[in-house]
Amino acid sequence: MKLLLVGEVRDDRLTAETAELSGFAARLDAEVSMVLAGSADALPSFAGRLYLADLETCGEFSSDVHKRLVLDAIEREQPDAVVLLHSSYGWDLAPRLAAAMQSAQVSGVVGLDDGGYVVESCNGKMRRTVRPLTDFAVLTIQPGAFAAAPMAGSPDVIAIEAAPDSAIEFLGCIEPERGIDLSRAGVIVSAGRGVGGADQVELVRALASALGGEVGASRPVVDAGWLERARQVGSSGQSVSPSLYVACGISGAIQHLAGMKGSGFVLAINTDRDAPIASVADLLVVADLAEFLPALTAALEQR
Amino acid sequence: MNILVCIKQVPDMEGRFEPNEAGSWFDEVGLAWRMNEYDAFAVEEAVRLKERLGGEARVTALCVGPARVVETLRKALSMGCDDAVHIDDPEAPERDPWQIASMIVGFAAGRGFELVFTGMQSEDRSSAQVGLLVAERLGVTCATGITAFEWRDGAITVEREIEGGRSCTLRLKAPALLTCQQGLNSPRYPTLPNIMKSKRAKLTVLTPESVGLEPPKASSGNFRPHERNAAGVILDGDAVTLAAQVLEILETRTAVLGKGGVR
Ligand SMILES: Cc1cc2nc3c(=O)[nH]c(=O)nc-3n(C[C@H](O)[C@H](O)[C@H](O)COP(=O)(O)OP(=O)(O)OC[C@H]3O[C@@H](n4cnc5c(N)ncnc54)[C@H](O)[C@@H]3O)c2cc1C
Ligand SMILES: Nc1ncnc2c1ncn2[C@@H]1O[C@H](COP(=O)(O)O)[C@@H](O)[C@H]1O
Repeated sequence: MKLLLVGEVRDDRLTAETAELSGFAARLDAEVSMVLAGSADALPSFAGRLYLADLETCGEFSSDVHKRLVLDAIEREQPDAVVLLHSSYGWDLAPRLAAAMQSAQVSGVVGLDDGGYVVESCNGKMRRTVRPLTDFAVLTIQPGAFAAAPMAGSPDVIAIEAAPDSAIEFLGCIEPERGIDLSRAGVIVSAGRGVGGADQVELVRALASALGGEVGASRPVVDAGWLERARQVGSSGQSVSPSLYVACGISGAIQHLAGMKGSGFVLAINTDRDAPIASVADLLVVADLAEFLPALTAALEQR
Repeated sequence: MNILVCIKQVPDMEGRFEPNEAGSWFDEVGLAWRMNEYDAFAVEEAVRLKERLGGEARVTALCVGPARVVETLRKALSMGCDDAVHIDDPEAPERDPWQIASMIVGFAAGRGFELVFTGMQSEDRSSAQVGLLVAERLGVTCATGITAFEWRDGAITVEREIEGGRSCTLRLKAPALLTCQQGLNSPRYPTLPNIMKSKRAKLTVLTPESVGLEPPKASSGNFRPHERNAAGVILDGDAVTLAAQVLEILETRTAVLGKGGVR
């Protein structure tokens, strides 16, 4: 099998996750080449053909330009599949390639299954195996799902370029508000949509305080304004690794898990015993938060 | 100005999912249905734009699916969409993103939609493909995962979320397709008169063939639950007993309740 990996540059640097693309290719025992809009001064360590375009000319955020680059590399390399990360860069680029190639796309691959690709369904509660029906396929792999392969060697660089005109004009980046650093907290008690409302967040706060920990949140809780944005845990929030993580009414979507799976002990409280948080929970309490949280807080305070 | 919103009906994710006989997807028995969360942001944004523009805009909601999806189309109407189009396809749940996109393209092509809003992904299939496939095949510019949207005479400014909580600001021109991410807006609750009105509204019903359904590009199988943490313990029962059990487990399995209080 011949794979063309699409390397990813963010803030002028090859992302660490790019090595996961190599890890994925290694699992398939594939022959690999790579295409990258980057800089000749900072080449990825990698043994194989590298189709390199100049990032400065292409821009980091012009998906139409990047589409033309990757299509050029596909034309030259004739791979069986092109592989991207399922990141903001990858999920935006992949369907553009699939549309141009009139090919299958498999999104967010988390595993391999007898010639097919395992993906999540139903917000992470279920999984299934997808098989492309076309000879060529576009794949995006879920960040964190495949162990990074050590990157070594020096690539055979083949310079490519694409017309830099883009229908999408990049105006600038907005940095997230900082202020609350959860990355060093020993205990985090996080509120999910299951808490049901802003007033119910108090139950979570009370438990956090009884445990001497910080309050975290899932994204919908922050979007609804029940807690500050700076408390969001997940792929678009903070990454945390406390000794104890308590997930209150959080289903456990992959983007939330991405931010907390480095936690020591995971206690989840959920009315749904099949919620995907069970895939990482050391202890799942099947109960209504409104009853269980006050009981646990009281028990802690009576110690 | 014509605006299109693509919506999907999905099961309530707290339901119990069982594989269907072929193991390709879930059995629908016993599931409750609602609008895909991301698509509610799409509907809301389209309706807000229409309201800002006054009388000159019209919003069409489109859904591909079996008979049950009519309810979700009526929900879109009750939120303020003007027209509803149902591509009546009993096999839609099992179709791949390419096929769904082929039907949406077949309907939208030549109808002069200046803006198309879709969700960033469907919660059950989560492929994040349909919106972009439609945009590419219609030949319109597309920005994905938007969390802010502004329209000024055909000039569009969006915020697009990237990793680590950062966003970038992008500018593009209509015609364009935008895929909507959580946090873009808070979808409204329809008023009772609007709900009543939507119940009487007439829907346009089309067949998959009439809008150019194409063959699939991928197949699906081995639908199964996500494995639990093999070492994980599950407890249920009354709250007070549970609290005592949990306390004991935390004391033995973690160091956070060490002597002399927590921390
Ligand atoms: C690109 C992208 C980035 C994202 N980034 C993030 C991120 O950084 N962080 C993040 O969290 N999400 C992120 N998401 C969203 C993610 O996919 C989920 O939508 C989100 O995590 C769901 O939050 P939740 O678990 O709180 O809500 P839900 O999924 O709605 O789950 C609520 C849970 O509460 C339970 N429940 C309900 N009532 C009760 C009760 N009374 N007692 C106990 N349990 C109850 C339910 O059974 C359910 O499991 C992102 C999504 C995308 C597409
Ligand atoms: N059956 C459908 N009918 C109408 N729109 C759909 C359908 N399926 C997906 N979409 C749209 O495409 C988006 C992305 O879906 P998906 O590619 O399945 O993740 C959804 O948020 C919807 O806006």
